[in-house]
Amino acid sequence: MAIVDLFESVTECGCAAKVPAQELSGLLRGVELPADPAVLVGPDTLDDAGIYKLSEEQCLVQTVDFFPPVARRPEDYGRIAAANALSDVYAMGGRPLTALAIVCMPSRLVKDGVLRDITRGAAEKLREAGCTLLGGHSVLDPQAKFGLSVTGLIHPKDVLSNAAARPGDVLVLTKPVGTGVTIMAVRAQLASAEQEAAMNRCMATLNAKAAALARRCGVRCVTDVTGFGLLGHAMQLARASDVALEIGAEGVPLLDGALTFAEEGLLSAAAYTNQDYVAPEVVYDEEVPQPQKDILCDPQTSGGLLICCPPGRLRELVSWAREELATPCGVVGRVVAASGGPRLRVRRRAFSLEEASAS
Amino acid sequence: MKQTVDARGLLCPQPVVLTLKALVSADEVVTIVDNQTAVENVTRLARSKGCAIAIDKKADGIYLTIHKGDAPVEMTQADAAVTCPSGEPAAGPLVLFVPSDCFGRGPEELGERLMGAFFHTLRDVEPKPATIVFMNTGVKLVVEGSRALEDIRALADSGIEVLACGTCLGYFKLMEKLSVGRVSNMFDIASILLKAGKIVEL
Repeated sequence: MAIVDLFESVTECGCAAKVPAQELSGLLRGVELPADPAVLVGPDTLDDAGIYKLSEEQCLVQTVDFFPPVARRPEDYGRIAAANALSDVYAMGGRPLTALAIVCMPSRLVKDGVLRDITRGAAEKLREAGCTLLGGHSVLDPQAKFGLSVTGLIHPKDVLSNAAARPGDVLVLTKPVGTGVTIMAVRAQLASAEQEAAMNRCMATLNAKAAALARRCGVRCVTDVTGFGLLGHAMQLARASDVALEIGAEGVPLLDGALTFAEEGLLSAAAYTNQDYVAPEVVYDEEVPQPQKDILCDPQTSGGLLICCPPGRLRELVSWAREELATPCGVVGRVVAASGGPRLRVRRRAFSLEEASAS
Repeated sequence: MKQTVDARGLLCPQPVVLTLKALVSADEVVTIVDNQTAVENVTRLARSKGCAIAIDKKADGIYLTIHKGDAPVEMTQADAAVTCPSGEPAAGPLVLFVPSDCFGRGPEELGERLMGAFFHTLRDVEPKPATIVFMNTGVKLVVEGSRALEDIRALADSGIEVLACGTCLGYFKLMEKLSVGRVSNMFDIASILLKAGKIVEL
């Protein structure tokens, strides 16, 4: 079989291809949606997935996510696309049950068996998640795109929303940041094979364990970090919860080489769009260097969970995370009361465990 | 030494990559771009390498003039692989470069027939190239309806890497008709040509 390099014909990779958040937020204005009391989480809070109450005991969690290739190899692409789609269900606290594939593919990739390899990668991750593939829909399209719609179940009381952060909570991120710049570096042949492999492993890692840890530590508020970057998703969480967040840039776990790639100007157009998106709500301390600012808005593909941990459970969460998670996690900041000013304040120095959990 | 990089029409990371390569040898590089992302990224690159940068917006593009600082600009390990090591030029693979669907200059019909014959014969002669790169009208040889298709497919099946220029396929609206090999971009093609021990151009 021909060896394919899926990066060859794409312009924007992975979640960097998202429609800018600024444009999405205006989209539903003036569109009348059917009012339904069973909708517990809908489009208004820009949460990771929708929640629909079936009974007092059970809710549906529904999400859909697809994007152009994020890896050279088809199986990696399939794994990452599946991990990314499943992540929205985990970020809500749900258990994924069924999935449908969304496929847009040039006919030559279908004929060459590339689509089969992508699907094989996705199936591997679905098996790991205990989620069944029921079918899907495919369209011939000159630009490849692949993803899943995932449906899960959750008890109404277990819902982890992005609107439940409380002042005093500590922000923990469960995967390193930097997939956007590293994908660019791979395309520019400036990343090493090890850096590329480490990124692929990271993106293909399910957020299942991270979500389970959050639940074990009594966490109520979680979001996953994807196309709008760490600051974009942090801002959405802060707005939905009506709180403000303090971020310590050096505490954010990073992929190897990511800061150098940002410094050398390997940023995607989406990274700049994300900077514009958060600009009205973010204040940087003077000493935060430009590459640090850039990396905080780097669009992530299949990023980690941003967990708002009650301060009393922080040590427990961090020690379990270090033991059980395949990816490095980090304390990235803390939640404070909204002041009416900008929602995000970024300083250079990391928050120590003591400082982060001191109210 | 001054060098100009025309990166108009190119998406990131290409403007950054081409500027970086130029900075390795030239003292002054003028990179011409046509979008704000490229301006921001090339500016970041210049600063990270200790270079001064001036931005001039003109009607036909944004001109970024970069003056190298005192420190030499070096490429990282992955980058260095792209440059041909000057001491051992013959160490790289044999590359067949096909920039036209006609063999030689003369009547088109004859040229096309000769090209078909060439690929038919190539199946039986040695040494075989490691890579065949099809560019410009050359891409017409690897799409549906090409008289050389069957022979090129046999060569590909025998392990020869067959690359078709994506820009060229797009230009001729043949992307969907590609029948053998894979689509490639200028960066990869340039890398392959520079790394080659020997290039045979038809």
